[in-house]
Amino acid sequence: MKLMLHVAPGIVRYPLIASVILETGALVNIERASIDAVSGEIVLEVPQDKCLMVKEAFERRGVKVVPLEIPVIRDENECVHCGACVSICPTGTFRFEDWRVVADSGKCIQCGACIMGCPQRALKLVLK
Amino acid sequence: MPTFGEFVQEKSLAEINERIRDGSARVVTAEEMPDIVDELGLAGAVREVDVVTTGTFGAMCSSGVFLNLGHSDPPIKISKALLNKVEAYGGVAAVDLFLGATQPSEDRGIEYGGAHVMEDLISGKQIEVDAYGAGTDCYPQMELETSLRLEDFNQAIMVNPRNAYQRYNAATNSADQTMHTYMGTLLPRFGNIHYSGSGVLSPLSNDPNFDYIGIGTRIFLAGAQGYVMGSGTQHNPQNNFSTLMVTGDMKKMNNRFLRAATFHKYGPSLYLGIGIPIPILNEKLAKSTAVRDRDITVPVVDYGIARRDRPSLKMVNYEDLKSGMIEINGKEVSTSSLSSFHVAREVALTLKQQVEKGEFLLSQAVEPLSRVGSSRPMKQTKESPNVGDVMSRDVVTVHEDIGVEEAARLIVSGSFDHLPVISRDGRLMGIITAWDISKAVAGGKSSRIGDIMTRRVYSVKADEPIELAARTFDTHSISAMPVVDRDNKVIGMITSNHLSRLFARRR
Repeated sequence: MKLMLHVAPGIVRYPLIASVILETGALVNIERASIDAVSGEIVLEVPQDKCLMVKEAFERRGVKVVPLEIPVIRDENECVHCGACVSICPTGTFRFEDWRVVADSGKCIQCGACIMGCPQRALKLVLK
Repeated sequence: MPTFGEFVQEKSLAEINERIRDGSARVVTAEEMPDIVDELGLAGAVREVDVVTTGTFGAMCSSGVFLNLGHSDPPIKISKALLNKVEAYGGVAAVDLFLGATQPSEDRGIEYGGAHVMEDLISGKQIEVDAYGAGTDCYPQMELETSLRLEDFNQAIMVNPRNAYQRYNAATNSADQTMHTYMGTLLPRFGNIHYSGSGVLSPLSNDPNFDYIGIGTRIFLAGAQGYVMGSGTQHNPQNNFSTLMVTGDMKKMNNRFLRAATFHKYGPSLYLGIGIPIPILNEKLAKSTAVRDRDITVPVVDYGIARRDRPSLKMVNYEDLKSGMIEINGKEVSTSSLSSFHVAREVALTLKQQVEKGEFLLSQAVEPLSRVGSSRPMKQTKESPNVGDVMSRDVVTVHEDIGVEEAARLIVSGSFDHLPVISRDGRLMGIITAWDISKAVAGGKSSRIGDIMTRRVYSVKADEPIELAARTFDTHSISAMPVVDRDNKVIGMITSNHLSRLFARRR
């Protein structure tokens, strides 16, 4: 399961992820992190069994946590199943199944590469 | 029996049309045909199959529509017209316009263009028309605004100069930056491969010798019955890159098979569904419609080289492309399609049903398509200089172990703000600018330029056109670049001053 962390500027300098790992013992994988002057956004892959524990640990530290269940949504009326999204996704979210494009949403890290790469403008990030 | 080349003509078009009319024609798609031929042989396939339907659905930029608005009162001779702020060409009589698919809008740029106007019209939406007149005795009106739907036009006749490419080059990118092209987003350092075309279902790949397809052939064009007007622009049958010029009534088209698209940082385009039913008159046509994905090869072309003659990396076939992975320089590279095989199939299946139901008859071509085409490069009479013609050759280069002070002295005494840093054998390693030096001095850091130089340095070659240098300056907001030879040895410098001087002199 992927979790999107929204980190407020005040706590950005605190070693949040390290402390949550130590507390929960969860083997998390940082898939994307972008931190600037006003906020931070981090996407973590967390094992299913520790997901709730990790989520609560971050929330106690003042981090807003959003589980990325359906991170990227597709307008079915716009999609023509061309496949332009398939090879530009860094995590292999999209694939063909009998020449229809299907998405494995669990792999999406919300990088947005597919959004502009879609000629039909059929894709949107849920949290953007 | 009449003969057809080396093959015997076994059925006539009239017989096949008779069977279509009485509902007894045996129709298959071009995806099903290869197995039928494998099983029954050519002669058996000719006996069993009457019609093979093909289909393709992909970006067809070279498309457009003639629109007749009818005459206003007082009348106007339109010199310029905007349809939802997309300019349509008005230089054809008074109220005929030609709207091209790739024309961007004046207000929304490339996110909305000619193709989007077409999709909106077909979807029943109303569009806003601003027309500007030339003002003549017979057409006094100077300006008008109106709102129109597709049914309000007298005619909406699609005329597409180049559609249904027989096959198309696959695209990849060797450069260090992502490229946004009409072949989609191409990731740096061979990050992906994009291809286009339906392969086994491609209309022209199923009749590459034009044994059936010709001028006047009835086709499926975005849901309507359209016609082949002739070979398309850049038609190049000698190299298996044939194209079609096609026409059809837009009022009868279906937005399932006509979709507007935008390629990021490139522009609008039109996705169009085209299908051609091919009658199996003889063994020759049975053979050509038995083509498989693996029989249709295309080069993988490097779009990282922004020249007309982009290098081809290897030959692959559509079976390789559709497998999702191709090896380039020992690396597995992910492939994906820009055209939709899913909708191409739908085109071929829809056409199959229409033929089976007797709704779509086959037609005798007035003339075959030309077997010789032309896709020559542009004749350029006004030669543009190359980098080598304008660069400075008296470039001062340095090694990375010199100090910041010495570099500063060289910049002050020389004529450039940039010093290329080279290795002992003369190869370009980095670049140092007056700004880098000021920064180092202000920060009180490091005295060795190797520590402060920019290692990711852009360069050009002397035989490249200055337009490429100008685009690199613009894209990366830089003002000078070293010019290197094939071995990456520095032979000169080109700066934005060289380019502006050239421009000033031309005026």
